[in-house]
Amino acid sequence: MSQPIVPQKTYLTVFVCLIGLTILTTGVAFIDLGPFNTVAALAIAFSKMLLVVMFFMGVRHSGGLVRIILVAGFFWLALLIAFTMSDYRTRTWSATPESWSSTAPPTHP
Amino acid sequence: MRTPLWRQPVTDAEAHAQHAGLAHQFEDLEQQQEADALGIWIFLVTEIMFFGGLFAAYAIYRWLYFGAFQGGSHVLDIRLGAANTIVLLASSLTMALSVRSAQTGNRRALVLFLIATMILGGIFLGVKAYEYDQKFVEHVVPSLDWAPEGETLALLAPGGLGHAQIYFFFYFAMTGLHALHMIIGMGLLLWLVFRAQKYSFTPHYFAPVEVVGLYWHFVDIVWIFLFPLLYLIGGRY
Repeated sequence: MSQPIVPQKTYLTVFVCLIGLTILTTGVAFIDLGPFNTVAALAIAFSKMLLVVMFFMGVRHSGGLVRIILVAGFFWLALLIAFTMSDYRTRTWSATPESWSSTAPPTHP
Repeated sequence: MRTPLWRQPVTDAEAHAQHAGLAHQFEDLEQQQEADALGIWIFLVTEIMFFGGLFAAYAIYRWLYFGAFQGGSHVLDIRLGAANTIVLLASSLTMALSVRSAQTGNRRALVLFLIATMILGGIFLGVKAYEYDQKFVEHVVPSLDWAPEGETLALLAPGGLGHAQIYFFFYFAMTGLHALHMIIGMGLLLWLVFRAQKYSFTPHYFAPVEVVGLYWHFVDIVWIFLFPLLYLIGGRY
């Protein structure tokens, strides 16, 4: 089998780290960091995901094909969220900058 | 009816000598194992897209109605959410140890770790069921039982009660889809226990254990994101 046998101790260490990060993220929620509460929560969640993917799912020992599929999946998710949000967040912007309004030709319908 | 792949008689004498778990279209077990792993990874990418739609919709509404989402998040019990996170992480640990036991050919440990994973998954679902029940007690189930009062109302009112309903729609849709994945995973684990009892797995052939393991870890990762996104919005100070 291509996957090497990982010592139990490694899995236990990763588990302890995951528990630590869970306690950390819960604790940070009780401290007022303003917008950085969200940033911290997502950063910790991302770190936990990396631990699970690399150690429990064994991507550490996987070949390039599995890695490229995984990266492609997350890249797609990033596109989905980035383009959807950029659409919604710019909908309220005016079609023509206000300073142009006196001289600008009529805009297309 | 078609015989499942793993039960098909292997005609090739060499392959048979190697292992009965080898399906005829593969050269050897290693190639089969790589194909199995690649298949589940592609499936998991489609799952990322499946949940991704919900996460994207969540991102939009959380941005539009942040106050309502913050209020809704404060109605949830953070202790239950955190405890369930730890239970699910523990189940991922036992799942990883199940795969390891299959690798080392320790059938007894494999069965015990699989059962431990199922028990932890069951605890998670039990706590989730209790939380769902609490939502009915607090009357914060959108459409079905929406009449928040008292303390709950005080938390939800600043963000707007209508928008708070959107938060709870997301809460039920996202945790519900996640719980459905858990229930499917528990069924798969039960199937693995039966197969392990029948000596189906060897250190050279345990792809089903590995594949279910990857699925289980994926479901764990979804919860790793759901916990901060649903329970910890904008802090609890």
